Amino acid sequence: MKLVRMKPGHGDVLLAEGDPEVSEDEERLIAEFRRQLDLGMWAAVPTSDGPRREATMVRDFDEVPRDAERVVFFPPAAGG
Amino acid sequence: MSLLLATSFVVLGALAVVGFGPSIAQRVRRHLPKRQREPERIPAYDPGRERRAEARARELMRSVVSEHEYAMYVELGFIAVEGTEGDGYGYLLYPHRPILAFDAQSGELLNEYCVAFPDRSEPEQSQRLPDADDVLAKWMSLRAGERELISVANMHVPGRQVDPGQVGRDLIRLREWRARRVAAVA
Repeated sequence: MKLVRMKPGHGDVLLAEGDPEVSEDEERLIAEFRRQLDLGMWAAVPTSDGPRREATMVRDFDEVPRDAERVVFFPPAAGG
Repeated sequence: MSLLLATSFVVLGALAVVGFGPSIAQRVRRHLPKRQREPERIPAYDPGRERRAEARARELMRSVVSEHEYAMYVELGFIAVEGTEGDGYGYLLYPHRPILAFDAQSGELLNEYCVAFPDRSEPEQSQRLPDADDVLAKWMSLRAGERELISVANMHVPGRQVDPGQVGRDLIRLREWRARRVAAVA
């Protein structure tokens, strides 16, 4: 699983990568996940159902499917 | 006499500053604690950096949205998605412009939803995401929770920020683009 974040001037940046089934990796992923949410980021998990692509917003690491390839963090929406 | 002495001291003092000043200052600087280096200032706009960021953002977009939607963004500059709260309407997602709701049958513009994703976590740097990231953030937010995103946005009647004439032309381009892709597959 990869945790990536959209960043101005960079595109996406890899924050952490690991296997959530390995406890050391899971701790690292959870710590980074919480850090990003503390910074106010939104987190989305891209999913696919055949050719159709979807996304799910998650607010806790427990909500991330164990087999998810990626969690994408991005700044929260604000009225423009 | 005293005036002559005072003038001599002033002249000698000035000569001493010119002669020994730089070496004394250098010695003093050597013994002072070094100042921490200031963080590297990133220029507000660097075309090369922005181009590389957009290329990376497009790779992320390509891996998240469907092949059809990615091609639409690359070729038309926006993504059209269907609304999830019923049939008959959709949204146009442009980079750094409001989300536009339109009637899928007539092409009539319904509303402008002004929404942005400013990154305020590092205030000294630019807050503006690359174009493809901005569109992808809108796409993911709409797919994951249309109502939540629309409730955050400021709603306006069409034409406030985006020229309805241009959107009308974009909807025609979209129809033609879809027809070409269907014809290419057939």
